[in-house]
Amino acid sequence: MVVRQLDQDEVDRVFAALADATRRDIVTRVLRQEASVSTLAEGYAMSFAAVQKHVAVLERAHLVIKQRHGREQIVHADLSTIRAAARLLDRLEEIWRGRIDRVDDLLAAPQEGTAT
Amino acid sequence: MTVVDTIKDADTLTLTIVSEHAAPVDRVWQVWADPRQLERWWGPPTWPATFTEHDLVVGGRAAYYMTGPDGTRAHGLWRIRAVEPPHALEYEDRFADADGRPDDTMPTTIGRVELSATGTGTRMTVTSTFPSTEAMEQMAAMGMVEGMTLALGQIEGILAEG
Repeated sequence: MVVRQLDQDEVDRVFAALADATRRDIVTRVLRQEASVSTLAEGYAMSFAAVQKHVAVLERAHLVIKQRHGREQIVHADLSTIRAAARLLDRLEEIWRGRIDRVDDLLAAPQEGTAT
Repeated sequence: MTVVDTIKDADTLTLTIVSEHAAPVDRVWQVWADPRQLERWWGPPTWPATFTEHDLVVGGRAAYYMTGPDGTRAHGLWRIRAVEPPHALEYEDRFADADGRPDDTMPTTIGRVELSATGTGTRMTVTSTFPSTEAMEQMAAMGMVEGMTLALGQIEGILAEG
């Protein structure tokens, strides 16, 4: 399976999509098993239209894929995006490499205030 | 090249980074223990950090903000879990609001720093963990989503570094 890199806009969209508890719950449910929007809607104290809106946000973040199946809309998890999240550890590594370089610069600089 | 090893575990969402520095352990400890030194390296040049509180005792806290190119401030808060000068420090790192209150909707990461003497200087091991609050009883699939949320949450304020 090809693991995609998330670009920054995508990371922002994924983050915004997952900032909402209902949407996190929807992703969790469809990861376990695909479900129709109406089945998902039965699980929440909100209207079908509201659940549909949440699904649309997840779809735009490429976290789920929606497919029409007869009269139903079936929601699947989009595993390629979810796997790409693992790449975020690479980004964290870059951050720490930058920090360690700066620590070295600091250690190499003449000490201020500590020797007085 | 001072980074000698990195270990990434995508399952446990843990990053371990090991570096070696040509300075004694006491000196390297200061870059963590002195807030004026800490703020010279914690944030990248484009998002410099300012520490407004820094109390390295168990249960103590450190508060900081990083200022972006457009003046945006991203606030963060550490809660100290363990401190053994000059060898170990463990903290929870959370997002906070401008008044220094932790943002409960955002995830917590845990950082652990260990310093040990080598023949020529100091070895520093920093482990960053993204804990999942209910990971133990959750299915693996759910752990993936939780982990991703946590990673993204932590990354968001410092994206400018990437």
